[in-house]
Parts: sequence; C-alpha cells; structure tokens
Amino acid sequence: MNQSDFLKVVLPFKDKVFRLAKRLLVSTEEAEDATQELFFKLWRNKEKLAEYKNVEAFAMTMTKNYCYDRLKSKQASNLTLVHSNYKEKDTSLDKKVEYQDTVSQVHKLIEKLPEQQKLIIQLRDVEQYDFDEICKMMDMKPTAVRVALSRARKTIRQELIKQHNYGVS
Amino acid sequence: MELANIEKLVAKYENAETTLKEEGILREYFLSGNVAPHLEEYQLMFTYFHTSQGETYNKTLEFKTQKKRNYKWLSVAASVVLLFSVYLGYEEQQDAPRPISEMTIEEQFHYEQAREALAMLSGSLNKGSEAVSNLKAYENSVNKIFKTK
Repeated sequence: MNQSDFLKVVLPFKDKVFRLAKRLLVSTEEAEDATQELFFKLWRNKEKLAEYKNVEAFAMTMTKNYCYDRLKSKQASNLTLVHSNYKEKDTSLDKKVEYQDTVSQVHKLIEKLPEQQKLIIQLRDVEQYDFDEICKMMDMKPTAVRVALSRARKTIRQELIKQHNYGVS
Repeated sequence: MELANIEKLVAKYENAETTLKEEGILREYFLSGNVAPHLEEYQLMFTYFHTSQGETYNKTLEFKTQKKRNYKWLSVAASVVLLFSVYLGYEEQQDAPRPISEMTIEEQFHYEQAREALAMLSGSLNKGSEAVSNLKAYENSVNKIFKTK
C-alpha cells in the first residue's frame, strides 16, 4: 500500500475523526494535533489496515480511545483548566446560522454531557452512523447505545426548554 | 410532512428508536425553517448538528516516511570490509623480509653477493673520509698560523 492508496482509503473520514476529537478534547488545536497523530498511527500500521473490513469504524474507535487517553493523562487535565475559559476561535461556522447564540447553546449543552453520551450524539446525530457501526466503535451493546443516546437527546432538549423559558419569564 | 407524523417521529427520536431514514425526514423538516413553535428546540438541535457536520480539518496531514535503517546491509558491508582488510594484511605479510635460515640456497647466494658488494662500497667510502680527515688536520694548522678566527 503506497501513500496515494492509503490516502484514498483514509482521507474520506479525516473530518469525522477531527470532529469527534474536537467533541471530546474541546479545543481546535488539541483536536488538530490528535487528528495528525491518529493518521500518523494509521500510516505506520498501513500494512495491517487491509485486514480490517471497516477501516473507518476502526479509525473512529482509535480516535475514541486516543481522546480518552488524552483526557486521562495529566497533561490534558491541566489543559482542561485552560479550556474552561476557551472561546470558539472560528466563528464562521456559527455565522452561517440564523440563530447564532442559541445554536452555540446546543454546543455548550453537549459539552456538559458525559463523555460517552457526547460521543454517541456526535456519531449518530452529526455523523449519522447506523447503530451497528456505533456499537462497534463504542464497543457497547445496542440497547446500551440506545439508552445513552435517548438520555443525551432528552437532556439537551430539556435544558434548551429550561433556558428558553428562563429568557421569556 | 404532516405535523402529527413529525410529532410521532420526534417521540421516537427521543427514545432513540428512529432509523437513519426517519432522522433524515426530521432533519429535512427542522432545517426547512417552517417549524411548529412547540418543537423549536429540535430546530436548534438539528441546525447545530447540521452546521457542525460542515466543520473540516484544514491542515495538511503529514506522513514522515520513516527511515528504517537496514542493519542487514550494514553487517554485509562490515564483513566485506573486514575480509578485504584481512586479505591486504596477508599480502603485506607475504612481502615482509624473512630470516636467512628460511631462504633457499640460491637466495642465500644472492644475499651474500649483495652483502659483499655493499661492504666493498662502504670500505671505499671510509677510505675517502680518512683522506678528508687529513685535510681537516691541515686546515687546523693553517688556522693556527693565520689566525683567521
């Protein structure tokens, strides 16, 4: 497998890896570093890559594990303190949206969710993977995935209603 | 899509029972902008999901091609060098002078001849230098008389 073959396999999901990493690691820079690191890991193991039926699912699992490790490591826990007053750098994304503030509200609400729910919301509602794939990536049973997803969706909605009412009254 | 249907789907969605296709229908509805007021929160959620999907990784990925040093070839090269140097050393050894006892009779004869010739040469040279030393004695006496120094 040479570099161009490898890129053909790997490039289609680089944005997904990046977004998943960003969901967990919060900051864009951290997520960029993680993406670079992960693809380099994939590149080093490119010979084994052919053995996997679903390289994308494998890569997402790797991303998940890598980000968990980053969060666990001391270095990252120091960084989270910095990230608590972190502001979204590129606002171009939000500008596209009519409801600027309220949409970033959703972002903040997802940030407050437990890591597992964050991941599942990201994989399902943003990346639109089907349940089988999510089960593989998360190494979870289907019912557990559904329960977590349902909880996450309900929490987001309820929090939104709360904030909405808060504004009105 | 009828509102009643959407509401049904929304309920399923909350329980994470919708299929991707059904979620697609919901997405379409909520992104259309024409949303019933009591479902506004979903509009926010789906808009957010939609926009965050547009986020991309813009940096170029780098793949440093690893330089795996091939130690196999290094050892081959080393052994070649070793063999070559051993061979050169052997050649040198062949050219080195041997003691007379190891020589053949013919070689010993040549050696003796060469020695005689050299002895003769050095004997004649000594004669010459004796004459020169006499000359030195003469010079000494001359210096005594004229006191040039």
